[in-house]
Amino acid sequence: MISQRVHRDLARAISAVENRIVPLSAARATLAAQGHRPAAARADVIGITGPPGAGKSTLADQMIEGLRAAGETVAVIAVDPSSPFTHGAVLGDRVRMQRHAGDVGVFIRSMASREAGGGLAPATRDAVRLAEAAGFDVILVETVGVGQVELEVVAVADCIIVVTVPALGDSVQTIKAGLTEIADIFVVNMADRPGANRTAVELKHMVHEGRRDIPVLQTIAQDGTGVAELLAAIAVYRGAEAANTGRAVRFEVMRRARDRAALAAAALLDSPEGAGVFAQLSAHQIGRNDAVDTLLAMLGGPVHAH
Amino acid sequence: MPIKVPVTKPGLDGHDRGAKIVARALRDAGMEVVYTGLHQTPEMIVTAAVQEDVDVIGVSILSGAHMTIFPKIMNLLREREVDDIVVIGGGVIQEADVPKLQALGVREIFNAEATTQQLIDGIERVVAEFGRDRTRRAAASLP
Amino acid sequence: MQTPEKTRSLAEEQERWEQLTLLPFTERRPESRATFRTQGGLPLERLYTPEHLSELDYVRDLGFPGAFPYTRGPYPTMYRAQPWTMRQIAGFGTADDTNGRFRYLIAQGQTGISTDFDMPTLMGYDSDDARSEGEVGREGVAVDSVDDMHDLYRDIDLEQISVSMTINPSAWILFAMYLVVAQERGFDRRKLSGTIQNDIIKEYVAQKEWVYPPRPAMRIVRDTITYSAQHLPRYNPVNVSGYHTREAGSTAIQEVAFTLAAGIAYVEEVVKAGLDVDDFAPRLSFFFVSQIDFLEEVAKFRAARRVWARVMKERFGARKAESMRLRFHCQTAGVSCTAREPLNNIARTAIEALAAVLGGAQSLHTNGYDEALSIPSEAAMKIALRTQQIVADETGVVGTIDPLGGSYAIERLTSEIEHGCFDYFAEIDKRGGVIACIEDNFFQLELADAAYELHRRKEAGERQVVGVTKYRDDSPNPALDLHHVDEAASQRQLDRLKKTKANRDDGAVRATLDELVRVAKTDDNIMSATLAAVKARATGGEIVNALRPIFGTYVEKPVF
Repeated sequence: MISQRVHRDLARAISAVENRIVPLSAARATLAAQGHRPAAARADVIGITGPPGAGKSTLADQMIEGLRAAGETVAVIAVDPSSPFTHGAVLGDRVRMQRHAGDVGVFIRSMASREAGGGLAPATRDAVRLAEAAGFDVILVETVGVGQVELEVVAVADCIIVVTVPALGDSVQTIKAGLTEIADIFVVNMADRPGANRTAVELKHMVHEGRRDIPVLQTIAQDGTGVAELLAAIAVYRGAEAANTGRAVRFEVMRRARDRAALAAAALLDSPEGAGVFAQLSAHQIGRNDAVDTLLAMLGGPVHAH
Repeated sequence: MPIKVPVTKPGLDGHDRGAKIVARALRDAGMEVVYTGLHQTPEMIVTAAVQEDVDVIGVSILSGAHMTIFPKIMNLLREREVDDIVVIGGGVIQEADVPKLQALGVREIFNAEATTQQLIDGIERVVAEFGRDRTRRAAASLP
Repeated sequence: MQTPEKTRSLAEEQERWEQLTLLPFTERRPESRATFRTQGGLPLERLYTPEHLSELDYVRDLGFPGAFPYTRGPYPTMYRAQPWTMRQIAGFGTADDTNGRFRYLIAQGQTGISTDFDMPTLMGYDSDDARSEGEVGREGVAVDSVDDMHDLYRDIDLEQISVSMTINPSAWILFAMYLVVAQERGFDRRKLSGTIQNDIIKEYVAQKEWVYPPRPAMRIVRDTITYSAQHLPRYNPVNVSGYHTREAGSTAIQEVAFTLAAGIAYVEEVVKAGLDVDDFAPRLSFFFVSQIDFLEEVAKFRAARRVWARVMKERFGARKAESMRLRFHCQTAGVSCTAREPLNNIARTAIEALAAVLGGAQSLHTNGYDEALSIPSEAAMKIALRTQQIVADETGVVGTIDPLGGSYAIERLTSEIEHGCFDYFAEIDKRGGVIACIEDNFFQLELADAAYELHRRKEAGERQVVGVTKYRDDSPNPALDLHHVDEAASQRQLDRLKKTKANRDDGAVRATLDELVRVAKTDDNIMSATLAAVKARATGGEIVNALRPIFGTYVEKPVF
């Protein structure tokens, strides 16, 4: 049963784990000792990510309304970047969701990414687990999907929504850079702006190329348009633990494979063989395209990705 | 462990120049600032403070309504059994009212001429002196 | 101006002066700092000469007062005919309380009325709303219904005295109340003069009073402008404002640029609705601050006039002189007033008032010495009013028009501010216009950056505040008779509200609200339906709430 006391105890548990005062297991035990029980075997974890300004918080706010109307309790973990220089942060996501402040069935927690030393990803995952232990039915994790850390966090979700807006310049390209592997649903928000349909079509093409069946939805988070359809699309993924673990594995493999390949490429470019190719380039014996093809051939494998 | 502090503007007053500068300055001093936005009710402020498990609540009031707002915040904190969160305030608050607010439990009132460094030092001081010792509390609550 | 040959020779002369006179002097006694800047951040040269004005053409850029481009003033005679309107703002407690202050100020020589409302009224909440608790009648006067408005302007001849109301998201409602009062008291509405601030754009940027999101809010402003253009030939339905933007920390250029950009947005909105620009533009008025950096402020006002004139002519093709002529109300800068040694604020206010007058303001409020402590007391307002009267009757500056025109420094600063404005207009256009910029937080971010930058400059000691950061002696403040908030006023207001509701026909009120909702869903003008609701004694809060389901409620996305 979610109560004010649950809020207080959960908030303190998250702090204790985030600041590494106690490990996750101890914090969970404390919640149990305080009389809090999980609502079901597992909570459903929904990740919301995308570039800044896409309207993620506003969308989350509308989703909360829909979930609450269906009688579910919701915990939100909103992650904002810390300053790499001062390690401070301004956490402003809850402003968009604060009409739920008087609803005890909603818990909103902001976390700074504290990127130096990779402190966050475990802390956010732990916060998710604690919210589950405290008895919330659904957990929304909202991150700005531009850093590796945020992607790792989101990878633990049962369903990941990637939000973009029309005409955000190279938005589709930005999405390509890493989020395609983990997206379960694409949302084009601010769908009343020009370019919405075009962006949706571009995403559908990209999805089709990747040969996965990912819905591309349009929403206007401001007034709630499309949110009911979004919640219905999410429902398919809820309780899908297998998909979640599978995705985490896929993501990890892709990430490490990319890192490995990058290391190999860097080594080749700095090697004597690589230097030889650059010498030929400087002497105008080969052109730029040939230089690239030659170096890639040295690495082995196909020269062009299909 | 960074100090976590919400910068809040209760009531209907929308003058947030000071609050925003304070938020930035505290961030630049390495704190985690929860900006709750304008037009907060005492309920929204306390809810945010509880959920975010903050060390200290910063309240900015320029409208003169502080003798209505602060008592409500202090009462709500007591009701939610989190009366170990420190409350500080700033803005346009008459000298004569400062002792009354302190009697309610508001630890410190900063007038509009305080520099940001004084504010940062003041927050660190009140948190050290009156704030929760998280380590001790977390350890104490282990089964 | 100078011929090239003469200018070259001037440059050489200056070079000689720098070598022979300046350099040896600064070697013995250096200047106090490496660079000097205005409060708004513009560089201030050691010396301005004709060199700085080589691009300036008198007829094209300065012209004559009352003629394009209005740099030197909107009227051919300016203060030689009559001084600016002295318009001290007032508002506290109930309508009765404020009416008393209005009559006091008029007796002291004030020539126009300016009304400040309490936070609930400003935000569209009735006095009995839960959100209003602790704020009724505190920062301004409480007005819930037209009954309050009757008492507010009791015994004031609305055909003779102009009434300004500082009200924004709920402006159209208070406007309707004012019109109903005038009608019920038998005044000819064609003779009514005054203003509602009604500048919703700057709310999202600076003052932060809002109810609905920007687009429906713009529609409401548009409706007030078209209604006013049709029925009220002497009324200013918008007071496009820069005061609040500057008080929130913007630069002088941003103050003018963002304000005139908002003006452009309103003009576009009304033109889109089918009116000819000359039908309504003459009645748009403006509101700027007068800050403490004297030279920059005088230049700023002149630049604003020249920019607006050019915009109206070139961008909108205005043909009427009145459409191109910028008229403005001015208020001295609240932010420059200190809580410590408050009597010093009298000097600050006097200097700022002089800048406003040398800048050609049409209307002026001077702050009280207690501005940083409380809403103004009678005593503070009296001195503030006397300050204006001294400028008007003793200093002699009213005897000639734009006396600082031709000053090398002033003309140079005027041009720089003008250029800064046009740079911003280009940027705003590139980003899709003013509303798009608000939705994308462009203005808000520019402002937050400027405010933070100014804050850092202050803390670094570049800008000093006398008695606070410099010459501080820690002696206690003088005992002042501050305005006492009458804590019983809010109960009196609640009783008034109960009485209004008891005496009205609730069925009739509901019918008018239903009609208002119906009209709001179309694109028709909502003023008629609002007038009917107000006349039936619907309250401001009831009207605002009736439209929330249709227009939505705005939630800000704060930027840092």
